[in-house]
Formats: sequence, C-alpha cells, structure tokens
Amino acid sequence: MSLTSYFMEATYLIASILFVLALKGMSHPETARRGMFMAEAGMFAAIVGTLIGAHIVTWGWILVGLTIGSIIGIWMALFVPMTSMPQRTALSHAFGALAAALVGVGEFILHGTEMSVVTRGALGFEVMLGALTTTGSLIAAGKLHGTIPGKPIQFRGQNAINLVIFLVMTGNFVYFWMHPSVIAAFYTMLGVAFVFGVMLVIPIGSADMPVVMSLLNSYAGLAAAATGFVLGNNVLIIAGTLDGFSGFILSVLMCKAMNRSITNVLFGGFGAVIATASTDTGGVMREISLDDAAMQLAFANSVVFVPGYGLATAQAQHAVRELAELLESRGVTVRYAIHPVAGRMPGHMNVLLAEANVPYSALYEMEQINPEFSSTDVSVVIGANDVVNPDARDNPNSLIAGMPILEVDHSKSVIVLKRGQGRGFSGLENPLFFKSNTSMLYGDAKSTLNHLAQAVQHV
Amino acid sequence: MNPAVLIASVYVFALAAFLGYQVISRVPPLLHTPLMSATNAISGISLIGSLVLAGATHSHIAHVLGFIAVTTATINVVGGFGITDRMLKMFGKRKDEGKKLPAAEASK
Repeated sequence: MSLTSYFMEATYLIASILFVLALKGMSHPETARRGMFMAEAGMFAAIVGTLIGAHIVTWGWILVGLTIGSIIGIWMALFVPMTSMPQRTALSHAFGALAAALVGVGEFILHGTEMSVVTRGALGFEVMLGALTTTGSLIAAGKLHGTIPGKPIQFRGQNAINLVIFLVMTGNFVYFWMHPSVIAAFYTMLGVAFVFGVMLVIPIGSADMPVVMSLLNSYAGLAAAATGFVLGNNVLIIAGTLDGFSGFILSVLMCKAMNRSITNVLFGGFGAVIATASTDTGGVMREISLDDAAMQLAFANSVVFVPGYGLATAQAQHAVRELAELLESRGVTVRYAIHPVAGRMPGHMNVLLAEANVPYSALYEMEQINPEFSSTDVSVVIGANDVVNPDARDNPNSLIAGMPILEVDHSKSVIVLKRGQGRGFSGLENPLFFKSNTSMLYGDAKSTLNHLAQAVQHV
Repeated sequence: MNPAVLIASVYVFALAAFLGYQVISRVPPLLHTPLMSATNAISGISLIGSLVLAGATHSHIAHVLGFIAVTTATINVVGGFGITDRMLKMFGKRKDEGKKLPAAEASK
C-alpha cells in the first residue's frame, strides 16, 4: 500500500470516530452543535483523503458534481423553511439512496462478473434497497409537499399486486445472485425496485408519514452500509449502519406512539377505511367567545398549549409564542405539550416552535406533561385532534384504541382551536369536543391566536 | 472479496449497530428532526464511493453514473449539515429566556 493510501485510510478512521462522537453530542441541545462540527470535520477529512489517496485520474466530473451539489446544498441549507423540513428530509433520503444505487450499478458494470458471491449479494441488496428508497422517498416528499394528494391511494387487490411486484423483484435479485452473467436479471431488479418504491408509499396517508420517513431513513442508511460491504470500505459501513439504526429506532418509537405495528402502517392504509367506525357520541359542542377565552387564559395560573399539525399548516407558531409571552408577563406558567407524532416527521413540532423562539425548556414530552394536566387550569389545543382523543384511552373499540394520548381532558378547562366543525384528519369522532369542560373556538388558528393576544392585553 | 476482509466487515457492521443503538437511544425526542437530518448528512459519506466511481475509473458510463452520485451525495452532505446546524442554532439560543419567567409571578 502506498503512503497516500495509508493517509486515506487514516482519514476514514478519524471520520468514523468523529461521526460517533457527533451523534453522542446529540443527546443534549447544548452539545449537539459542537457534535455536528466534529461530523463536518470528519466528512471533510474523508473527502480530502479520498481525493488524495484514491488514485483519481479524471477530475472533470468530480469537480462539476461537487460544485453543483454544493450550490444546491447551500441553497437548501439557507432557504428551506422549517415548515418544509419533512419534504426536504424525504428528498434527501431519495438523494442518498440514489447515490448508493448508482455506485452499485457502476460497480456492477465495472466488476459485475468477477465478484465473489457475498459481494454480489451485498451489491444486489444495495441496488435494490437504494432504488426502492429513491422512488419511495420521492413519493413521500410529493405527498408532504402537497404535489401528490396526501390521502391514501388504494385500489382493489393492491396488496396482492404489491406482493407480485415484490416477488418479481426479489426473484430477479436471487437469480442475479446465482447467475451473474445474466445482465437482464440485474436491470430487471433495478427497474422493478423503482416501481416497488412507488407502490409501497402511495397507499400510506399523510398522518402516518412520521413512520414512513423513519423507515425510509433506515433503508437509505442500510443501502449506504451495503455499499461499504461492496467496496470493502469500513467508514461507509459505520456511517450507513448508524443512519440505518437511527431510522429504525425512530420508526419503532413512532409506531409505539401510535400503538400500531409497522406492517399495519405499511399495509393498513389508515384513514381510508374509517368512515364506518365512527361512534356517534351525540351531545353538543359548546362554543366560546374570543373575550371569554381571553379572560380564562389571563386569569389562569397555568396554561398548556397542545400544538398539532394544524398549527404548522396555519403558520401559527409565532402567534402562539406571542400569546404565550403575554400570558407569561402576567405571571401565568406556560408550557407546551408535544406528542411524539405531532407533525409530519419525528420531532417536527419542536423544530417549528424553536424557530418561533420558544425556549426548549418550555417544551414537554408526553410522559412529562401528562401527570401535570390535573393541575392545569386551561389547556389550549391548537389544530391537534387524534393525539388528544380520549377514545384512545377509554373506548377499546376505537380504531386508535391504545394509542398514548395527551390527557388534556384532565385539566380544569380545555379550549380547542379548530378550523371548523368537521372531523380531523383521521375522520374519527373526538369525544373531547363534547365534554362539559371543553369549549370550541372556531377559525384560522393564526388569526384566532392574534385576536386572543389582543384581547388578553385589554383584560 | 477475501474471507478475512469480509469477516472484518461483518464485525464492523455488528459493532457499529450496537454502538449506534446505544448512542441514538439517548437522543431526546426534542432533537429527533435534527437527528434525522444529521444522520442523513453523515450517510452522505457514500460520496467517497461516488468520487472513486466518477474519477478513478476508465469507463465512460461509470463517470456519468459517478457524476450524478457525486452531485446528489454532495447535496446531502452540504445541505444536510447546513440545515442541521440551522436547526440546532435555534435550540441553542434564548435558553435563559425560559428561566426568567417565574420572576414575573408578582405582577398578577
């Protein structure tokens, strides 16, 4: 091995260590940023190491690719708004997976026939996973962005068709594995994997996106790890595995937060079958006037805001922070209760509120805040529905039975900010709205919050 | 691939999986979005494989595939780290702001 190759391997080792340290830093907001600087340094070292040590002969393509990628990357880093973070992340899963798949195809073209059986297996796995993650993530990004309807797209015999596609894909994979000289098998697998990615994501509704995002994250990581096996490159294996496991852990957490299994999310098509299941609770929803609501808030001791995806669609995160600050200046204790699946990706709501300058010390997780509701005067539910639906806890026949919820109904009074009288995203009836301590405040969340803030000032 | 290298790779994979589980399960839900975008940026390390494909081979089609891979991987690395930092900056600031609130109790 030449000196430059040793240098390259050394940078890879350093990068691996720095990546792990970076993720360790993520365990606290105070250390997270420093951690990311380490990861950036590691990445930079690995790139420089590769350029020096990998016997590069043609520079043109590399330089053009690095330049275009950097320009688009910097543009994204600077200008993508926090509300679009889910689709940006989905898009980056697609990019990462595509890079892995293309490297795999390249390896196949260069060394396809001379590979060992194990390497060929890893190559097939890499290309298959990379391809299906690419199209799957693109569909997810489209759904999150609204380009593709967020409703589950379903048709008769869907699962059977998907099963056939899956079998064709894996069948070609195995055939390629056994007979590397049959080039057609490899490319059929590649093509079918692209189709399978689309089929996998279209039946899934927007509300299930946190799980899908985490799963795709996991796939993209595993595809990168498989690349590491093909190229015999340890830093790729390590970084890919870290990414894959992070995605896996997040999917498990998200599923737990909805009390559903991954199979149910992938093949259940939640949100399309619900119509029959609504129990008619009866009763009336009590409406409250803006001034009465303001009065309640202004004279409360403690207020908990419960934001849901409706807050994000109404762009009301700044309005809620302004109202919260007004209340705090009157001596009211204000906290925010964040359900794990609030929003469209894990942790989405925290980011939105942090962007609106809400200090993270005011953001509470479900387990922390639930015991506090009984001593809370007013809970304000903003554009959230299923995550505060007491049916999940009380009604074993409910479709969301067993899903952990924020127990706002335990607080002395509940004010629900809602666009209209219609049902929420899942189409389920929410008995919370009919409770005697609940009052409804209809209208666009942002303008309602602004008006509330004005009214509080005049109390 | 010779068997010794393969076995070493499997070791690396297993240990990385274990380490990843240990480290990542400690990340609070507060930071799950930055975590996802950070691990995404880190897995953009497939850029180094793309660089080799785009520059260290003599096949024209490999160059083109490599070029596309270099571009998308670079977007992930640059964009991913950039946006993660932007998010973490928001979590870092104004942490004293939250503490001073109880002081206002008397005004009610």
